[in-house]
Amino acid sequence: MTSLRIFAIGGLMSFRALFGFMSPWIYIPTLVVTPLFQILLFVFIGRSAGVESDTFYVVGNAIQYSSVPCLFAMTFTIAGERFNQTLGPVLVSPAGRLPLFLGRSLPVIVNGAFVGALSFTLGSLVLGVTVPASAVAPLALVIVLASASCTGLGLVLAGIGLRVREQAVMLNIVFGLLLIFTGANVPIEQLPEWMEAISRLLPFTHAIEAGREVVAGSGLGDVSGLLLRELAIGVVYAVLGYRFLRFMERQGRIHATLERA
Amino acid sequence: MLSQSAFDGLLAILWPLFFGTVAFFMFRAGGDPDTLVYASLGAAVMGVWTATSVSAGSALQRQRWHGTLELLVAAPTHFSLTLLSMTVATSTIGVYCMAGTLFWGRVVFGIELPLEEPLALAVAIPATIVSIGLLGFLLSVTFARYRTAWTLGAMLEYPVWLIGGFLVPLTLFPGWVRPISWALAPTWGMNAIRDAATGSGSAWPDVAMCVVLGAAYTATGVLLTNRILFAARQRATLSLT
Repeated sequence: MTSLRIFAIGGLMSFRALFGFMSPWIYIPTLVVTPLFQILLFVFIGRSAGVESDTFYVVGNAIQYSSVPCLFAMTFTIAGERFNQTLGPVLVSPAGRLPLFLGRSLPVIVNGAFVGALSFTLGSLVLGVTVPASAVAPLALVIVLASASCTGLGLVLAGIGLRVREQAVMLNIVFGLLLIFTGANVPIEQLPEWMEAISRLLPFTHAIEAGREVVAGSGLGDVSGLLLRELAIGVVYAVLGYRFLRFMERQGRIHATLERA
Repeated sequence: MLSQSAFDGLLAILWPLFFGTVAFFMFRAGGDPDTLVYASLGAAVMGVWTATSVSAGSALQRQRWHGTLELLVAAPTHFSLTLLSMTVATSTIGVYCMAGTLFWGRVVFGIELPLEEPLALAVAIPATIVSIGLLGFLLSVTFARYRTAWTLGAMLEYPVWLIGGFLVPLTLFPGWVRPISWALAPTWGMNAIRDAATGSGSAWPDVAMCVVLGAAYTATGVLLTNRILFAARQRATLSLT
């Protein structure tokens, strides 16, 4: 019961603390307006280059942009404790680490999925992209899975954030790499082989592919393989992230660097 | 201090490279080599705007955080001059972005840039950078009353990339977008650099437009500064606390 309380209430409180900082004046420009313009940017580049359809870029960028809430919020909810000088009290508590860290990831997944869905909706409305009604629920599932998978990567980065001072730089670089490697704007078959191999190991790649197929009329059964791979990648990152967080916590204690980075 | 910041230095250089790389892949898939040259020059100038927009948006806020805003406002030097030097200085980081993006395009994607009018290019590049810095100055003054001005600066990054014609010809946009583009110095700067590099037209009228718009941004910014500082002093809201 205590673990459940830490997971649910602790995670929610941590996220609310983050949003105490993240007012609508920050949320709307960064998580509503900017993803819409990212979609527009790549749609128009696509039109200029004469390559893929508008739908291709709307799906790709809406899902890829959910990396911003997933990566940034996940890292800041954990590493941000240091900024607020609450990291020491949190880590000195006997609370189980699994509910402690995973509880912080649940609201992040929900917010990431919301941003992805909102970006897709706004992008579709502005550009006149139509989606069959039967595709709405499967697409929502794809977006939720993509957010969960990326939040797994966010846990790894949160661990690094316990040691790295320039978290914003690190997170922006990861965002940029996801933009190139996940096929959001360039079909991964058109990337060099080594890049395609890396793409297959990243969050979003399979979800974006599944999202495009769903919007094109495929059923959930047709994309189940892609979704399972996306889920598996997310689980692997989440496990790695959890173990990495524990490792960095121990290192922080040994070297007394928890508050120093 | 900004020169030591990884966010304003390293990231400002890397950030447009990510977008440039995606654009290079997309234009390469399109199969027209001329569009790759177009994209390479556009991606290079994108960095100048990136370096300016976020930093300019937060220029005043940074002074607030450091507790130096009141001292700068109280100094005998007009505050506009102080702010102007900050925003133009951050736009010069764009030189590194330009060099980095052009080098990246040449080495990784084999994009060979023409150099038809070296003199015009030598004038067009600094004119573009300074005019973008002056636009940053106007933004920083306009956002003076917002606590989270940095988000507004960041929010304007994509729109200006888009309607400044960096990667997409303006002819692709609806007619109502074009007057907005013409009011932006980056649009003319981009044209000037492209014309000078490719010889597709004379760069000088575009350079002149950069100068005119830069002067207009400066004059408007100075007037706004006076007005905002007067209001802030009257209501004791300079620190926004």
